Amino acid sequence: MQLMSFVAFIGAVELGIIFALLAMGIFVSYRVLGVPDLTVEGSFTSGAAVSAVFVVMGQPMLGLLMAVAAGAVAGICTGLLQTKLRVQPILAGILTMTALYSVNLHIMGGRANIPLRRDQVIFSYFAQFTGIDRRVVLLLLVLVVVGALLVLFFHTRTGLSVRATGDNEEMVRASSINSTFTKTLGLAIANAIAALCGGLIAQYQGFADINMGVGMVVVALASLIIGEAIFGRRGVIWNVFAVSVGAVVYRIIIAFALTFNFNPMNLRAVSAIIVVIAISYPAIKNQWSLFMLKRRAKK
Amino acid sequence: MLEFKNVTKTFNIGTVNERTALNDISITLPKGDFVTLVGSNGGGKSSLMNVISGVYLADSGSITLDGRDITFLPEHKRSRDIGRLFQDPMKGTAPNMTIAENLFLAYGRARRLGFRIGVGKNLTSLFQERLALLDLGLEDRLRTKMGLLSGGQRQAITLLMATICTPKLLMLDEHTAALDPATADKVLKLTEAIIKEEKITTIMITHDMHQALELGNRTLMIENGKIIQDLSGPEREAMTVDKLVGMFK
Repeated sequence: MQLMSFVAFIGAVELGIIFALLAMGIFVSYRVLGVPDLTVEGSFTSGAAVSAVFVVMGQPMLGLLMAVAAGAVAGICTGLLQTKLRVQPILAGILTMTALYSVNLHIMGGRANIPLRRDQVIFSYFAQFTGIDRRVVLLLLVLVVVGALLVLFFHTRTGLSVRATGDNEEMVRASSINSTFTKTLGLAIANAIAALCGGLIAQYQGFADINMGVGMVVVALASLIIGEAIFGRRGVIWNVFAVSVGAVVYRIIIAFALTFNFNPMNLRAVSAIIVVIAISYPAIKNQWSLFMLKRRAKK
Repeated sequence: MLEFKNVTKTFNIGTVNERTALNDISITLPKGDFVTLVGSNGGGKSSLMNVISGVYLADSGSITLDGRDITFLPEHKRSRDIGRLFQDPMKGTAPNMTIAENLFLAYGRARRLGFRIGVGKNLTSLFQERLALLDLGLEDRLRTKMGLLSGGQRQAITLLMATICTPKLLMLDEHTAALDPATADKVLKLTEAIIKEEKITTIMITHDMHQALELGNRTLMIENGKIIQDLSGPEREAMTVDKLVGMFK
């Protein structure tokens, strides 16, 4: 019996590779900086919106670059709210995300949806130039380049400073590093990658929608956690790789579940439950072993 | 040389909790001075440190380090010239980064290494050389994560980090108080050796009155935001631990 058609499988892999970018962005904010950054839900949509607008103008490549820029600006806003204006980290993300809803509507010219059915997107250009009519090739290329740049960056002193900021901020300031700068830079990178993901998704699916960012943080966290569960946490290179594979595995699991008449309505709830279980696992394990210890002591 | 001119710092101004932590303090530390700082809890020792390092800004007065006015300089900019060690050995290093990465960050303090990738061979051998001086067997463990080391090892590396680019001022806030006696002794000996070698101007907070009189060349006592004793030379030699303890209120 065939469990899943080849087309469905490749589709899942392709989506997984695109969403691996989002998971990388979340990795930067959640794992490296230690802040679950909700800005991503807005900047993901911003990326899609900017990308779609440029596709309509006939500039899909420029659209992706501008998406990256838009994401970076969103990240900088959250960063400045957190550092200069002392807004609590989670709230800072929520504020930017909320404001971005209006900004995104403006970018999309007041429409809630931009269809791109008949427009040239980056995939069609790629097929024309290289003769390779496989979207997965281009997507893999993008993923590898972004992943490699990220890993290289985290090995420069500036990158190390960003990592240290999430690890021990006091030490960072004592090492003559401006933690306002490093935190803002980290958030800019996280959101730039998330926006690139949104930009690619818009061109891949053939539309941008004002609500496409909803729930994306949890989806990305679930991917990140699946990746870490499979590969464990080690150095930066390893972690970036693990997170990427995690996103692909997550999409394959979903595609697999859908073939078993799994109701897509429950998708977000399942993602949330995965994250809850994974994060609370150590606490539950501790409570269980304490319970067993007490029971043995009574005997 | 560190110069304090009429520095005052008051917390919670205008409330019932108003407290003057530093009250019109003027003091000069010539280059190479090794000062031990003692005083009761809440007397102003930590406030003095924090005003120097830029954690707080002074309400009035001025602070000059080697001729440069640093009164309004932000904390991270002062860190270029000021090395700091805290009581908590966990505070000075990033636990999820390797020894080499921690040292690299500290090494970059006075240099611009913005986008150079990796630690490099020259630096690796420099770090190994310095780590070997600690005599803790850490020179072969550059890729070990900081969080896996003991408190004493971490504090020793923090000391190395604070002095790897010779600072104009070194501030030690009871940096051996959380260590076991043998480790504390070792870290203290290292501290003394480095300070002597590089002739670093140093302020060391301590609650150990033996240390306060034995180490360095000058002892300051601070109470209620005022410096009430400034001992050096024969005056300091004549001072005993009992007499010093008697001065605490």
